Amino acid sequence: MMGMAQWGNDLYTGKASVPFVRRRRLWFVIAIALIAVSILAPFLRGVEFSIEFTGGSQFTVSGPSSTDQAIATDVVAEVVPEAEARVTVIGESDIRVQTSQMTQDETRSVASALAEAYDVPAAEVADSFIGPTWGADVTRQSLWGLGVFLALTFVILAIYFRTWKMSVAAIVGLVDVLVITIGVYSLAGFEISPAAVIGFLTILGYSLYDTTVVFDKVRENTSEDGETSTRTFGESVNLGVNQTLIRSINTSIVAALPVAAILFIGVFWLGAETLSDISLSIFVGILVATYSTLFVSAPLYSLMREREPAIAQRDARVLAARETARVEAKG
Amino acid sequence: MATLSPVRRALRALIGLLAIAAVLFGINALGVYAFKGSSWVPELALDLQGGTQIVLEAQTDGASPSSEQMSQAVTIIRERVDASGVSEAEVTTQGASNIVVQIPGEADEATRERIEASAQMQLRKVLYATQAATTFVGEDGEPTPYPTPDPSLEATPTIEPTAGNDPNWITPALEAEFLAYDCADPADQSSVANDQPLIACDEGGTAKYLLGPLEIDGSAITDAQAVVDQQNGQWAVQLRFDDEGTELFSTVSQELYGQTEPYNMFAFVLDGQVISAPTMDGVITNGRPSISGTGITQETAQTLADQLKFGALPISFEVVSSDTISATLGSQQLQVGLIAGLIGLGLVALYVVLISYRALGFVIIASLGVMAVLTYILLCILSWRIGYRLSLAGVAGLIVTIGFTADSFIVYFERIRDELRDGKTITGAVEDGWSRAKRTIYISKSINILAAVVLYILADATVKGFAFTLGLTTLLDVLIFVIFTHPVMQLLARTRFFGGGHPLSGLDPEALGAVFRGRAQFRAPTATGPRAKRSRGEAERRQTIAERKEAERAAAELGGKKENV
Repeated sequence: MMGMAQWGNDLYTGKASVPFVRRRRLWFVIAIALIAVSILAPFLRGVEFSIEFTGGSQFTVSGPSSTDQAIATDVVAEVVPEAEARVTVIGESDIRVQTSQMTQDETRSVASALAEAYDVPAAEVADSFIGPTWGADVTRQSLWGLGVFLALTFVILAIYFRTWKMSVAAIVGLVDVLVITIGVYSLAGFEISPAAVIGFLTILGYSLYDTTVVFDKVRENTSEDGETSTRTFGESVNLGVNQTLIRSINTSIVAALPVAAILFIGVFWLGAETLSDISLSIFVGILVATYSTLFVSAPLYSLMREREPAIAQRDARVLAARETARVEAKG
Repeated sequence: MATLSPVRRALRALIGLLAIAAVLFGINALGVYAFKGSSWVPELALDLQGGTQIVLEAQTDGASPSSEQMSQAVTIIRERVDASGVSEAEVTTQGASNIVVQIPGEADEATRERIEASAQMQLRKVLYATQAATTFVGEDGEPTPYPTPDPSLEATPTIEPTAGNDPNWITPALEAEFLAYDCADPADQSSVANDQPLIACDEGGTAKYLLGPLEIDGSAITDAQAVVDQQNGQWAVQLRFDDEGTELFSTVSQELYGQTEPYNMFAFVLDGQVISAPTMDGVITNGRPSISGTGITQETAQTLADQLKFGALPISFEVVSSDTISATLGSQQLQVGLIAGLIGLGLVALYVVLISYRALGFVIIASLGVMAVLTYILLCILSWRIGYRLSLAGVAGLIVTIGFTADSFIVYFERIRDELRDGKTITGAVEDGWSRAKRTIYISKSINILAAVVLYILADATVKGFAFTLGLTTLLDVLIFVIFTHPVMQLLARTRFFGGGHPLSGLDPEALGAVFRGRAQFRAPTATGPRAKRSRGEAERRQTIAERKEAERAAAELGGKKENV
């Protein structure tokens, strides 16, 4: 792994550099394309909301005598003829039945009928009844949380970094993360459940955290640049991002590993839905958040600041000096 | 305070950490052994231990119910759950208009019905009152059960009743039903309309009443207090009606006063039970009647007052979600969560030790270990003090935190490496890397804490559990970073293995390209600020002669190597 250490050294000194700022036009085109796909995806594939949002009933039969899904379909059809049932086998042998909206009493009857049909004690059938307004409440609460969080973060970052432009760049990166993560969700055909929403909210926190760490280094570099700097503003930003690149990579790997563990164990080994729903959104989100900080927030920040007259003037001076130096070296 | 050497400061911080841990364990030990309230295992939420959760939503046509109405409703529902013999049930409000009822284990049908019933306190006039007997003594001298009411009996009054206690209400069908009504097995009377007579028993099941239609709704009662009557020193319950209630009660009391029993009685009915049926001893027009009598003690007065005050759900509720988790499923999910957590931790350990940070990786693992111990004991204490329950989402939060916590160390270690690349000594790099990394960590972790706090305040119960663990662990993360990781680094930087930059230490200056800048360019080691100079000076002073010679030799070798490039 000396290769990685060497690369880290080169990134730090500026010998090796990933052109986050210089090639920003390319990154922006890619980002816009990703966002466009993510926004279109729900229209093409449709976003599926779990029964927590749509209302309905769900049953989980633990350790049934058989995993024949037809038994469940028949039971539901018999007890509540008008209900539609969707039966899946989760984990190794548990059976999950989701139905369209029924009353609470009907839910209880179906639960005991399922216990009988699958020959398990009544206590082994978990049932959930979710009224039609429940999901709307959860969503409204989440959106409120999101709005308040964004506003507060904007202010805190603007105060800490002493420029609102970093806040804007960070928040744009955040929206990017959110849109793309939901896009991936939709494309992969996963249901959006309350647990997934928790995941999305966690990603917001993580994404901002990640951006803050990188921006702190960027600020350090750009504020060190006095009048005598030999780097343009964009180059300073780029150096900062590159100097924290190893950190970004290590962090996203270390953060993603435990989440991946939950995800794969949750999905493939035993069916713990809450765990897999949360971990999937966080897993995708961590990767997208790292990408977004590097390729969207940082270049965007540089773009916004470069337009400032004072910085534009200094950049011109740096470039002119460099030009002179080159001419002198040649001559 | 005199400036302490980094080593003394480091030791002091580690002792502080031990003290904090000891205090936390002490608190929980007190909870377990002295107060008998805590346990060495955190309490689990329903989704992990199995149980029933019912969420009720206030039906208020868009308007938000007042917090007073909500807390009244919680009190009533809690009483109802307690009354059904379920222990350890939790009834809490959630958001502005939801009530969450959590019952460990299986909730039986009766308990569910009790919770979901939208009970109302009703005031009705008494038509007939008797012992709770269902038998009569026939001509043969033997008790004979009253026959089951014949459905063909006349059920509508032949003469339209004019008052609430007009005997014309009593049709042959109602009479037969009343006589056969068994207080030991009361029928469900919730479908009886407000404008129809009602059969009800008292709470003890010793008396039964035939009551007229609803006169006054329980929501007209604004207050009820248990007081001692100044004149006879007896306990009494003083009621207070609102304006409309005062008017209605005034009419009722005029109608009842002076009549013969049972026509001078009126009944307070709660959840289909008569909780009190006093006689009207005067005309009360000020809306402040008082219930007194020989049987009323301080205790019964207080209960009655509470029942009258809180008896009626101030608003009606509807079940919006209900979950039953089997205990098997719950323990299975907990198991999955724990296994996933351990595997995640293992993967992180492998990555940081084998791939990224070599021996420094063990500092990350040790920090995570300290974190795990403190988190665990805090969860035990919080379970005890504020009723925290670890849910599946909380478990997920804890696992996710492993990665997020490790990040503070990554930021720190990368900073140390950056300082080493700038040619600082290892002790200097540990100090300067710290002073720079901590700023970054403070601001970025405050963003995380902010996220957790906002989620906690605004989100629903499942999200709350997650936000709580996230916020708690982020705080702990910062604490451990300051009083464990940094001191440990300070101490390690003074060991031969780390301080000498052993290739496996993760702090090998040579591998980090120290002092080497670009092709064939050299740069003298720089020290920024007096602090670094001080620590380097100190580090040099602390070197043994052998170490110093070794360092010089290494430096010479390094220089020689570079010249050959």
